[in-house]
Amino acid sequence: MRVALREALSQSLLQPLRQSSARSLNSVCLLMIGAALLALPFADFRIYSVDPWSELSRIGLGLLLPGWEQPLSLLQAIGHTIAFALLAVAIAAPLGLLLAMVFRWRLVRLLCAAVRSVHELFWGLIFMQLYGISALTGLLAILVPFTGMFAKVFAEIFEQQSRTPAQTLPPAAPALARYVYTLIPQSLPALLSYTRYRFECALRSSAILGFIGLPTLGFHLESAFKQGHYSEAGALLWAFLLLIASIRYWLRPRLLPLYLLAALWALPETVGFSSGGSLWRFISEDIWPTPLLQGDWPALAEWGAGMWQQQVWPGLLQTLLLTQVAVVLTGVVILLSYPLAAKSLAGPWMRWPGRFLLLALRSAPEMVLAYLFLLLFGPSGLPVVLALALHNGGLIAFLVANASDAEQATRTPRPDDPSGLKRYAYVETPRRFPALLALLFYRWEVILRESAIMGLLGVATLGFFIDSAFEEIRYDRAMLLIVVGALLNMVVDTVSRRLRRSFAAAPV
Amino acid sequence: MADDTLLFQLTNASHSYGEQPVLQGIDLRVQRGEKLALLGPSGAGKSTLLNLLYAQRPQECALQPQGGALVELLSVYHNIFMGGLDRVGTLAALWNLLRPLAASRQEITAIAVQLGLEEKLWHSVDRLSGGQRQRVAIGRALYRRQPIYLGDEPVSSVDPLQAQLLLSHILAQHETAVVSLHNRRLALENFDRVVVLQEGRICCDCAAAELSSEQLDRYYLQSGSPETAPGHEAADADGWVIRTS
Repeated sequence: MRVALREALSQSLLQPLRQSSARSLNSVCLLMIGAALLALPFADFRIYSVDPWSELSRIGLGLLLPGWEQPLSLLQAIGHTIAFALLAVAIAAPLGLLLAMVFRWRLVRLLCAAVRSVHELFWGLIFMQLYGISALTGLLAILVPFTGMFAKVFAEIFEQQSRTPAQTLPPAAPALARYVYTLIPQSLPALLSYTRYRFECALRSSAILGFIGLPTLGFHLESAFKQGHYSEAGALLWAFLLLIASIRYWLRPRLLPLYLLAALWALPETVGFSSGGSLWRFISEDIWPTPLLQGDWPALAEWGAGMWQQQVWPGLLQTLLLTQVAVVLTGVVILLSYPLAAKSLAGPWMRWPGRFLLLALRSAPEMVLAYLFLLLFGPSGLPVVLALALHNGGLIAFLVANASDAEQATRTPRPDDPSGLKRYAYVETPRRFPALLALLFYRWEVILRESAIMGLLGVATLGFFIDSAFEEIRYDRAMLLIVVGALLNMVVDTVSRRLRRSFAAAPV
Repeated sequence: MADDTLLFQLTNASHSYGEQPVLQGIDLRVQRGEKLALLGPSGAGKSTLLNLLYAQRPQECALQPQGGALVELLSVYHNIFMGGLDRVGTLAALWNLLRPLAASRQEITAIAVQLGLEEKLWHSVDRLSGGQRQRVAIGRALYRRQPIYLGDEPVSSVDPLQAQLLLSHILAQHETAVVSLHNRRLALENFDRVVVLQEGRICCDCAAAELSSEQLDRYYLQSGSPETAPGHEAADADGWVIRTS
């Protein structure tokens, strides 16, 4: 596959002509679709549930008639969810900014790539072994990977800024002062808007941390579903949707200090954890396989071979297969759903239901969607792929529709502009396609991380084996699996960056 | 120390951006105390030459790049303050963003008064007109407080009268100056030496007193001036300028 990728790359580099850009886009797409088709027969897509439709109607009814008997506990869950997200971003963004200033150091770049390639939930599982179900676990689980992401994206933003203001500074000016007077104010709008977007992501992460036991919305959602309290589950889903949709109305810079204080106060207390875990023991002993600590090489080889055959390879394979199918399905969802929300295709009024649908898909965490589908179809790859495709498809389709509307506003309409399906096929889609594809590849690594984590729900991806290793208190296994997942993630990140460069679309 | 008064020396210097050569075979010596004007059509390599000079003595130069290199979100005060960032510590520099340091405030107000910016001192520079922005950039260069001034079209956005006043102020504040200009009259009246660049080569380097406005005009209209050696011309293949011979 790597060879084919490289071929597609070199082709597109060798032929910078206008008509060949469509060909290189097509070859990249065909490659992705072909790989997904190859993946289909090997991925586990069985439907276990006997009667998904009655379950679906009950969930639908719960969504239509949300209800909550204890409003206080709902408020508390929302409070915890916001508190984790707010404090984690408040710490991770400045840390990431500092790291972005030294991002030219290879060690920093590697460290950031490593921490961000492990999903928040896996970090949560790791810190839970050390700090139990506590505020510290929730905070660290979000802020560690987020710091890595902030550092990388902030450094990229700095790179796009003009260098001339820095040229006029005295060469002897202190490094930090140089940043604070030139690059940071130069890029402040971009830094802030990315931080705002990351806060939205942090809310989602915070909510799904409930699935591993922290007292956020996800925890209540899971128990409501388990007990069949569908109207409670509906209320939680609505609450989360409103929370995300209303961010821009309540997240005011002036109110931030107040919010941060409130968040500190709202942090949950530590529950059910008596003996404080020893960090040093965890790092120096627990996470290493016993044969390695004893220097017993044959036993270590046996341990490694066993792990590879029974857990690493099957987990890796399922993760990759599901990712591939999910990425292509995401593309299909985007192409089908963006016209519903674009002014030029759906019309100025009819686009609103479409926009609402996309916003809902974008707001709902993949994990929650997957959990819903899991109730319908049983624990196979199907719910995972559907959830990933719907969430990411909705997110990208929303951006694509916005880009289309923005262009619509600046371009004067031509009297001979086609409309309807013809406009979709001949004008809008070709214009949007390069940016759409760039966004899709950008999400590729995210989809990979997510499909690994879906194992926590019982699907046989890497997360499944990691979760069981933690349950059996076999930290050595858990660590090996997490490291393998992180490496895979870095490989996909590199491939997707090269592919994106190959068709050189302007990033949106 | 061979020559105490020699500040810049370029010997057969060349520079190119990728495949595109911008400067070729430049020989230039600038002595302490000289006021040198750089002329030539746009694209001749003036900005690149200034950057080469800057790289030789970054510590002693106040550089004013084309466009001013302002930081949009910061106020006029902060944009000027940046020129003296080496004279305060990191913490003081950070604090100054929240509350201006008393001493710096006094110094910069004085500069702003000279430049007619006192009313705009606390405005973000993105709200200013082109001429005001250019005066802020001059203010930053002045606040660098260095003996050498390197300016790239420093007064191109202000009216002729202001341009003359600002330029003589800049020259009075610096011992040595190398300034690229497009106004030939300003060059002849304010500088003692004029260097004309054409297609990346120096085609004229002489005292301002020896030049007339008409002579200078010719460099903008055509190549093949008396100072250019014929060999140079032959080597220069991709000229778009109309040849006379």
